[in-house]
Amino acid sequence: MWGFRALRARAGHTAGVPYAMPQNYIPIFVFLLVAFAVAAGTLLVATIVRPRNPEKVKGMAYECGIEVQEGSRKRYTVRFYIVAILFVIFDVETIFLFPWAVQFKQLGAYGFVEMIVFLGILVLGYLWVWKKGALEWI
Amino acid sequence: MIPYILQYLHSDVTPGEAGNVFWMVVYVLLTFAGVSIGVIFMNWFERKVMAHMQVRLGPMRVGPHGLLQPIADALKLIIKEDLTPASADKLVFWFAPVCVVMTAFCTFIVVPFGRTHAITDMNIGVVFMVGVSSLGVLGVIMAGWASNSQYPLLGSLRSGAQMVSYEIAMCMAVVSAVMMTSMSGEGTLSMIRIVEAQLHQHVWYAFEFFPVGLTALGVFSIAMIAETNRAPFDLPEAESELVAGFHTEYSGFRWSLFFLAEYAGMMAVSAVAVTLWLGGWLRPFPNWLGGARWDTVFSLAPGLTFLLLAALCVIYTVRMAALRVMRANAIGLAAFGAVLGLVGLVCLLPAVRVRVQDIYWFVVKVGFFMYLYVWYRSTFPRYRFDQLMKVGWKVLLPISIAVVVLTALVGVRDELFAMVWR
Repeated sequence: MWGFRALRARAGHTAGVPYAMPQNYIPIFVFLLVAFAVAAGTLLVATIVRPRNPEKVKGMAYECGIEVQEGSRKRYTVRFYIVAILFVIFDVETIFLFPWAVQFKQLGAYGFVEMIVFLGILVLGYLWVWKKGALEWI
Repeated sequence: MIPYILQYLHSDVTPGEAGNVFWMVVYVLLTFAGVSIGVIFMNWFERKVMAHMQVRLGPMRVGPHGLLQPIADALKLIIKEDLTPASADKLVFWFAPVCVVMTAFCTFIVVPFGRTHAITDMNIGVVFMVGVSSLGVLGVIMAGWASNSQYPLLGSLRSGAQMVSYEIAMCMAVVSAVMMTSMSGEGTLSMIRIVEAQLHQHVWYAFEFFPVGLTALGVFSIAMIAETNRAPFDLPEAESELVAGFHTEYSGFRWSLFFLAEYAGMMAVSAVAVTLWLGGWLRPFPNWLGGARWDTVFSLAPGLTFLLLAALCVIYTVRMAALRVMRANAIGLAAFGAVLGLVGLVCLLPAVRVRVQDIYWFVVKVGFFMYLYVWYRSTFPRYRFDQLMKVGWKVLLPISIAVVVLTALVGVRDELFAMVWR
């Protein structure tokens, strides 16, 4: 009863819907494979063709003509981190908007009010972030 | 085998939907080749247009009017020594350009060049597009971090911050376009269905709910420039501050993969903008100027365009100075014109023109956006980084939220009135 066939039978109501078919997703993998093959293949071809005379000075990191003091893996401003965190919040918000956007005419006034409440809470947070100065650079 | 290949020719769905592996692979390869040719052409076109905007000639030496310049550049880059800094993280350093190319090209999986001319038609096409385009930042961060050098690291951090900031405004603009598809029956996230919804609603979404759709397109077309790191938002590779940004340490063919990815990304986002707001593959006025006669008239356009280009080649061949050194150039240009003319004549055949017209209109619209990219680059000065973040977070984000709310308000105004005056 819990076998593969039962699962297929239960999913049977989607059989008539063309968009439920997983074969639409197969080209993604074909494409990824081709993209990887093209990029890696051209790099490989270039490896065969190009000259190769490494030197100590050529291997140094670029630094406007002065001696490199140390590597680059050290501290940088926290603002990049704040931006990343804010991005995660707002991007999740937009992903929540998509299911509603697809059906928003059918959901009508009820869905609209619901979404305005959701957006309102987020806009409040956005205003708070703005007031706190997290959006200021420098 | 052959019947299996032939049976697809009579279907009216994408290869992905038909589950036809042969045509799927053919379409993938064709898309790859097409985009690569587009990149080569854009390289020449951008230099030429920018040169003429700055009152100079641009490339003139390699081939007639510099037409072979991109190929010469590619050859040069292939045979150039490729340096890896000694302190770099070798594997990540190698993989970063590959990753960038893969993400930049992957958007084209869902881009419909015509009703059947798409690799596949996913029911989540738009979400897939948004997801893949935000993956692009990964490759850039990898490149900057793996170089283990100051300028690339700063460039990649800037690029990351910039891309994620504009991503949100971009997504919100896309949401408003998706909402407009919901106005006629079922809403959809599939790129092909979105274009068909524009056909059924008799309007390009840029002009739906008049200023609202246009504002959404405006927000998207600003955000997409920042998203692809192009001027005036090309801070990650600001020459005056960061040498070359995240690809400072890259040379030779790895650098040219970044170049390829940048232009492919530009085309991908332009293609998405065209699909969502400018009617995708639809010809101008499919309903107003409907009917078989107008269909025929508009389907002549691809062939006539190629014939026009061929005529231009002939004119420039005739006008070329009658010097001995120019003879090879003149013959080359004439041959190129002959090839273009032949393509134009083939495109005029009835069997061919019904199939290529969709692609033609799509490419024309994308080409318009590509021209805008070049135009912006030679017009606007570069932003400062704090100004850039300010535009992203304090201008575009509020506007895009307002666009979503306004679209919803106009869309359900009848239901809202019914609720209030009940």
